[in-house]
Amino acid sequence: MSGNMTAPVRGGRKTNWKDVVFSPRYGGLATLLLVLLATPLFIEGLYQFDIAILVLINATVVIALNLLVGYAGQVSLGHAAFFGLGGYATAVLTTRYDWPSLLALAAGVVLVAAIAAVMARPILRLKGYYLAMATLGLGMIIYLIITQETWLTGGPDGMSVGALEVFGYTVFDELVWYWILAGLLLVMYWLAVNIVESPVGRALRALHGSEIAADNSGVNVTHYKTLVFVLSAGVAALMGGLYAFYSGFIAPNTAGFMHSIELVVMVVLGGMASLVGSIVGAALLTILPQYLVVFSEYEWLVYGLILMLMMIFMPRGFVPTLHGLIRRVLG
Amino acid sequence: MSMLTVESMTKQFGGLRAIDDLSFEVTQGAVHSVIGPNGAGKTTLFNLVTGVYQPTSGRVLLDGQDLSGKAVHQRAAMGMSRTFQNLQLCYNMTARENVMLGAHLGLPQSFFSSLLRLPHMIRADRQCRDRAAALMEYVGLGDYVDHETSAMPYGAQKRLEIARALAADPKLLLLDEPAAGLNANETAGIEELIRGVSEDGVTVVLVEHDMKLVMNISEHIVVLNYGQKLAEGTAQEIRNHPDVIAAYLGAAA
Repeated sequence: MSGNMTAPVRGGRKTNWKDVVFSPRYGGLATLLLVLLATPLFIEGLYQFDIAILVLINATVVIALNLLVGYAGQVSLGHAAFFGLGGYATAVLTTRYDWPSLLALAAGVVLVAAIAAVMARPILRLKGYYLAMATLGLGMIIYLIITQETWLTGGPDGMSVGALEVFGYTVFDELVWYWILAGLLLVMYWLAVNIVESPVGRALRALHGSEIAADNSGVNVTHYKTLVFVLSAGVAALMGGLYAFYSGFIAPNTAGFMHSIELVVMVVLGGMASLVGSIVGAALLTILPQYLVVFSEYEWLVYGLILMLMMIFMPRGFVPTLHGLIRRVLG
Repeated sequence: MSMLTVESMTKQFGGLRAIDDLSFEVTQGAVHSVIGPNGAGKTTLFNLVTGVYQPTSGRVLLDGQDLSGKAVHQRAAMGMSRTFQNLQLCYNMTARENVMLGAHLGLPQSFFSSLLRLPHMIRADRQCRDRAAALMEYVGLGDYVDHETSAMPYGAQKRLEIARALAADPKLLLLDEPAAGLNANETAGIEELIRGVSEDGVTVVLVEHDMKLVMNISEHIVVLNYGQKLAEGTAQEIRNHPDVIAAYLGAAA
């Protein structure tokens, strides 16, 4: 195209070392890899490994949830229900119907993805508070079914689950669990970075920025909303299934409202539309309560205070705020 | 040859006929304007043409193809782009990314090629990045390529919308008040830009209140009043049309 309206040429911006270090693809992935490799050297005992494993599970779920909430701007207050449903599907199929572990796990993911795909169309038409209400309602219905159908799920008492068996090998050891889940987190992170830095990711962010602009640019809004909803629900179901195997027990609170809120808080606190933030948010909110036990009866008061202070001083979330600060110092 | 045909279109909102049995044609490769007093139905017309609203009756054809029942994103795929009176930019993305969004339909959209970063997707996206920068330079935003969208001045944001619309390689470009809120200098710049776009072969339909701009660049003007076509013709004809003068200045009846 020609035109006489050209301004001074700025040219292609050169990539400098800071861009590489701070990029999610290189710096982020390398840091994550190092932290995952180093962590087992610094922690010991069942208790600390248990926390580390919970962090890994939550982080993977929160990355996928951040694609939905942080990037695409679609709030879900019922996401724990997908996690819980994945867990229960796996538990029921392995203990009551003797399905092999991996098949049960896959069935849980497919079931949840199917529910999410069917519900996506009516639910994701809604915006803002209304969408939050609808996902909340969906989560509550799933929670109610889990607590009421005692014959299948054990009701409020929950149900025990056998160990994960992969090709004849039974996973018991905490360290093996750690490596399995660390690998999954790494893969999830890498795939999420790929999505974010692609035309699909741009379309998702455009849903957040201006749905009207996206639509008029040829983005099939319904398709992309459904895609990211199903994806995030499916990942939650997978991790729910693995959680059930790992803990050997699943209870309705995993599918409950408080857990849903916890997941969204991890997204917001770590940083909306920040993948590294998802991991940091999950780690902070999983580890923090363990250490606040020292405040005994004031535990939740302190917890709430910390959350409030973080949101007041880091409204964009932990990682984006820190990132901005460091980049400003570096110039 | 007709690029856009509006055929006896009516849009009823409850008791209000926002567009009332409107017909007109837009020929290929020229600047056309739709003018009219506030509330005449200009933006409603744009929303009907782009598919935001479905007409109560009548239809729209783009380059001979009937658009009835087609969704907004489908019409975009058929070669229609627009800008907005109230800016619709994604402030969570950089300026360049906003332009790249406009090129969405020209890029591989398969989820798996994005998920696994297949080579053809990476190549296409890289080309798109470069083209977005070139387009931004074309509309006069060469200094803002990797800027945060929210940090750009208003006039630059208006141009950014035009760059985004052009990124789709449209046959038809609909501009909803591109000069609103701009000073005389900036408006002259926009006029230059629209003229350039038109010379590059894009058919432009303009909704605008700035009469000087409209009269300067339009080959063909449609005047709306209360959703009906009041007059149609060249700038000269419209300027001297008694009904138009009456509608704008109040009839001396």
